[in-house]
Amino acid sequence: MSTFVLLTLTGLGLAALYFLVASGLSLVFGLADVLNFAHGLFLSVGAYATWWAAGHVPGAGPTGFGFVLAAACGVVAGALVAAVVELVLIRPLYSRTIEQVLVTVGLSLAGVALLQATWGADPRPFPRPEWTRNVTGILGAQIPNASLLLILAAAAVLALLLLFLRFTRVGLVIRAGVENREMVTALGIDVRKAFTLVFAIGGAAAALAGALGGVYFGSVSPGQGGSLLIFAFIVVVIGGMGSVVGSAYAAVAVGLLQQFVNYYGTAGLGDICVVALLAIVLLVRPQGIAGRAVTA
Amino acid sequence: MSDPILSVTDLSVRIAGLHILQGVSFTVAPTGVTALLGRNGVGKTTTLRALVGLTPRGGEVSGSARFGDRDALHTPTHRLVRAGLGYVPEDRCVFAGLTVAENLRLAERPGAAPAYDRVYALFPELDKRSRQRAGTLSGGQQQMLAIGRVLLADNTLLLVDEPTKGLAPKVVTEVAEALAAVAEEVPVLLVEQNLAVVRRLARDAVVLAAGRVAWTGAADKLLGEPELTKALLGVGSQGVHA
Repeated sequence: MSTFVLLTLTGLGLAALYFLVASGLSLVFGLADVLNFAHGLFLSVGAYATWWAAGHVPGAGPTGFGFVLAAACGVVAGALVAAVVELVLIRPLYSRTIEQVLVTVGLSLAGVALLQATWGADPRPFPRPEWTRNVTGILGAQIPNASLLLILAAAAVLALLLLFLRFTRVGLVIRAGVENREMVTALGIDVRKAFTLVFAIGGAAAALAGALGGVYFGSVSPGQGGSLLIFAFIVVVIGGMGSVVGSAYAAVAVGLLQQFVNYYGTAGLGDICVVALLAIVLLVRPQGIAGRAVTA
Repeated sequence: MSDPILSVTDLSVRIAGLHILQGVSFTVAPTGVTALLGRNGVGKTTTLRALVGLTPRGGEVSGSARFGDRDALHTPTHRLVRAGLGYVPEDRCVFAGLTVAENLRLAERPGAAPAYDRVYALFPELDKRSRQRAGTLSGGQQQMLAIGRVLLADNTLLLVDEPTKGLAPKVVTEVAEALAAVAEEVPVLLVEQNLAVVRRLARDAVVLAAGRVAWTGAADKLLGEPELTKALLGVGSQGVHA
């Protein structure tokens, strides 16, 4: 029983990390039709900005409120970088898919190279609040607090995103834009402003994943964003493009599958099963769990 | 005679290598309904979409379209709409996942009080079904929502694309009645296949053929001459249930 609880909660912790990265990616693709391969860079920016802020920003540090402040710096940095990327690099390339892919892949590679040139390629110890180094006993299982923190953060982000989408005008524009962007424009709405905001929200969520991922892994390295991005893409496709709730379901499925199969099977087999799950979803329900079927 | 509300000159559109519109020129009077007619595939919808800036990506548009003091062909869609160019697309294009109330709320324009009274007076059904998802409405109700959405703001010209397409005869009559009421307040450029609806609503007519204007004049004159109607539109001048 305790093993089951441990695997479930650590699986959910992993799912939380995937969700934080995937939610923004999904909204950006659903609304703006942009396949953003630079999304992992926002995660890295968040992680490095948190790491840097913990040592340099007055009041910030590795413990208590200091860590919250450092993580807030990371989130703001991620949101700002994402907004600038949208305004400067993506905006001139809407409707030009190939160029978008080239630019975002290039930006992702350049971003990693820049981080490596600045702080080196080796992982750096991440500032971790003392509490996150400990475990909490739940139903006989010793659960790492870092996993619990990720689950709580992802649940909070999910709730905030749903409230934002449900109760604000911009949220309404985003929901409508995911369905039919052209028609939103035909109602007199400058949908490009929503694009920038969605990029910033996605960047903030990814940066939070970077900050909390640093706590979870205990270190930060330039390539972290890229490796998590692969699973985030899988989550987005399984969940359905443009659906935050779909991304949440898919993240849970992927995180639990990975954790259980890696434990009861062979290490690494979980990743293969995730790819198999992706293939099954693409065959059976190509629009994803919560996506809408494309009709003529 | 008053100045036209819209003057289209030498409008050409190429999409995916096809020269769909080849120098189309016509005007829309500042009152009443001008019907844009023609057989299937002559470019009626392409004309409306070009005027409102929604030509598919990769499409090439040339010519000019004066709408007030703007050239519609060189103004972003959202600015044209805010300047008073309302667009009701073919196939309604309501947001299926949003409620009726949310579809309407989305059409509210900043700085202008939304005219819910006008919309609900014309389409009381929308008020009753405000919490229903638009995707679960019938075709006729969706059409009412698509028209109501545009009427929420004041417009100086409405572009309405095949509003009775695929609707039951009784609903065609309801939609035609609603459009007649709308046309008393704002000029309409109407694309319509149902000639009974055209006969009821339109004062002027522009007929397209093979990407060019083949005929312009009074709608009564066109529909009053069966041979002319047959030659230009390929059908008799009768329609159903307007």
